Amino acid sequence: MADDLVVVRGVTFAYEERPVLFDVDMAIPRGKVVAIMGLSGCGKTTLLRLIGGQLKPQRGDVLVDGLSVPSLGEEALYRLRRRMGMLFQMGALFTDLTVYENVAFQMREHTDLPEPLIRDLVLMKLHAVGLRGAWHLRPAELSGGMARRVALARAIALDPMLILYDEPFAGLDPISLAVIGRLIRTLNDALGATSVVVTHDVQESLKVVDYVYLMSEGRVIFSGDVAAVHASRDPYVRQFVDGRPDGPVPFHYPAPPWQEMLDHDYA
Amino acid sequence: MTTLERVVGLVGRLGAPVVDAAVGLGAATRFFLSVLAASTSCLRRPRLVVRELYFIGVLSLAIILVSALFVGMVLGLQMYDTLVRFGSEDIVGMVVALALVRELGPVLSALLISSRAGSAVTAEIGLMKATEQLSAMEMMAVPPVARVVAPRFWAGVLAVPLLTAIFDVVGIFGGWLVAVPLLGVDDGTFWSQMRAAVDFRLDVVNGLIKSLWFGVAILFIAVHQGFHAEPTAEGVSRATTRTVVRSALVVLGLDFVLTAFMFRGFEGMG
Amino acid sequence: MRRQLLDFWVGLFVAAGIAALVFLALEVADLTHLGWRGGERYQVEAEFSNIGGLKVRAPVKSAGVTVGRVAAIGYDPQIHKAVVRLEIDGRYRFPADSSLSILTSGLLGEQYVGIQPGADTETWQDGDRVWLTSSALVLENLVGEFLLGRGGGGDGAR
Repeated sequence: MADDLVVVRGVTFAYEERPVLFDVDMAIPRGKVVAIMGLSGCGKTTLLRLIGGQLKPQRGDVLVDGLSVPSLGEEALYRLRRRMGMLFQMGALFTDLTVYENVAFQMREHTDLPEPLIRDLVLMKLHAVGLRGAWHLRPAELSGGMARRVALARAIALDPMLILYDEPFAGLDPISLAVIGRLIRTLNDALGATSVVVTHDVQESLKVVDYVYLMSEGRVIFSGDVAAVHASRDPYVRQFVDGRPDGPVPFHYPAPPWQEMLDHDYA
Repeated sequence: MTTLERVVGLVGRLGAPVVDAAVGLGAATRFFLSVLAASTSCLRRPRLVVRELYFIGVLSLAIILVSALFVGMVLGLQMYDTLVRFGSEDIVGMVVALALVRELGPVLSALLISSRAGSAVTAEIGLMKATEQLSAMEMMAVPPVARVVAPRFWAGVLAVPLLTAIFDVVGIFGGWLVAVPLLGVDDGTFWSQMRAAVDFRLDVVNGLIKSLWFGVAILFIAVHQGFHAEPTAEGVSRATTRTVVRSALVVLGLDFVLTAFMFRGFEGMG
Repeated sequence: MRRQLLDFWVGLFVAAGIAALVFLALEVADLTHLGWRGGERYQVEAEFSNIGGLKVRAPVKSAGVTVGRVAAIGYDPQIHKAVVRLEIDGRYRFPADSSLSILTSGLLGEQYVGIQPGADTETWQDGDRVWLTSSALVLENLVGEFLLGRGGGGDGAR
């Protein structure tokens, strides 16, 4: 257990009155790429925000590198975040800065590195995602896949120990999908980091991750490595992995009986 | 029992908007203090403020120059038309200058800046929120209030009085253009009447103090609305509209309060 | 490069704003002509039985030249008179027996305080009180006196 970088312990969370997570337990081992999968709205992204300290759980604790995130003060939390990188769902590049300045952003904010060194580092990071030649472009000029890769270069700018991915595969073409998938794996191993990938893209993520947590309606319902996922006979896991339209997750939204609805006045 | 319940219900219904307003005001105050607390970033990195001075100050210059010229010309025309009936057209320079320096300069500049720059600041910050840029900044351990909000706030507070001074001068020039070359008021009289009547502290300084407060109000409304906009396209557009409407109301209300203060101040015995 | 261009425009903008401020101060409000503002000045108080429409900051003139301003106006309940405090440029000294009157520039113009210099060798000092004053001419009183005087004369003749 000492080798877990992130430990989520009995976390319960609700937005206002809407409960999202119920007593979630999770352990992310150091050096691994771990996927948190589940349907839209099952609380995956909320879990990422709890790890990043942007939200605080009502009950339970989140430990990152031995530090209890919810009880950190602002100063300590910001110090911890410098060792984390996060890739946002839409990239969240700064639209008023060039690709180069986006990647250099954290170096300028947090270090006093001389300009030539920043240049070398930025070009290295951009090279790692294959976009060294695009340094002068603005985010509006990038395709979706390129923007995602620039955001990835920005997330690893300060060589983080933990990289958080929020839906890295959403809305990408097949080639970009493969590129991002491979980058997640290679960057994690090259940096000696630990990665948490929140996604609902089963096929793509199963190719690159070491371990899987499957969530449904705010609870962890399955966990295991990739082989265990494929071997599982659990009907929910099968429906999710094979993408079947009906199963434990019903096709129909809960509805009253037909007769009742036909008698109702809809005007 | 039922009467009591009805009374409680009525108070509750009346009370809800009051409670909401108080909560809103409290949250705004808290945000204002956090902006002030984060303002040291502007001193450490003045470049952040210079950048925003460009977007708020320089880009508002065109609308300020053109509006001021026309306002001054219209004032000159109207005042001349009225004053000439009493044979007092000599004081047209004084009337134009007093109207501009005391009231029209600060108020019109503030309204123009709020619709040109205030709305842009709200939209920009709102969009950064909607596209998770603020969230990303937070995760990169850079506080968005210090990096995004404070520089815009202070650049605006600095820009508004400067733009107002430019508005005043260009407006007076517009009045001169109509009165002297066009309508034949004597050039020397135009300026000497103005100089005799306009007081530096009471008129010019008070006008600039007004515009400084307008700047604080406009920019605070703009950054507050942007930072707390609902992170959707619709939410940002609503926030932008609110910025313009609220700025206008606050500027006009504040103008009355400040004017009342300033003019009571100098009638009394020292 | 781009950064320099931005700095250039912002610099130009700030310079224009400051130039506008200077213009307002010097040309519009005419700060230069109130040169005594920065220099030495002294105050005297004068009692008037009626100040008419005199306002604070009205000019104080001698021989038509502005030499000071009305600093404050008050009422002394003991002597039932208006007390006007004048602030005068220290470069100008007036004999102690100079008299003050409240005059009007033109028929409907603003009211100001006029100084008629006396002949004393002593001059006014800071904080002096001046009794040699004549009040403002109040139009209603003038009209009233004129009517009464004429009516009375008529009666006497008859």
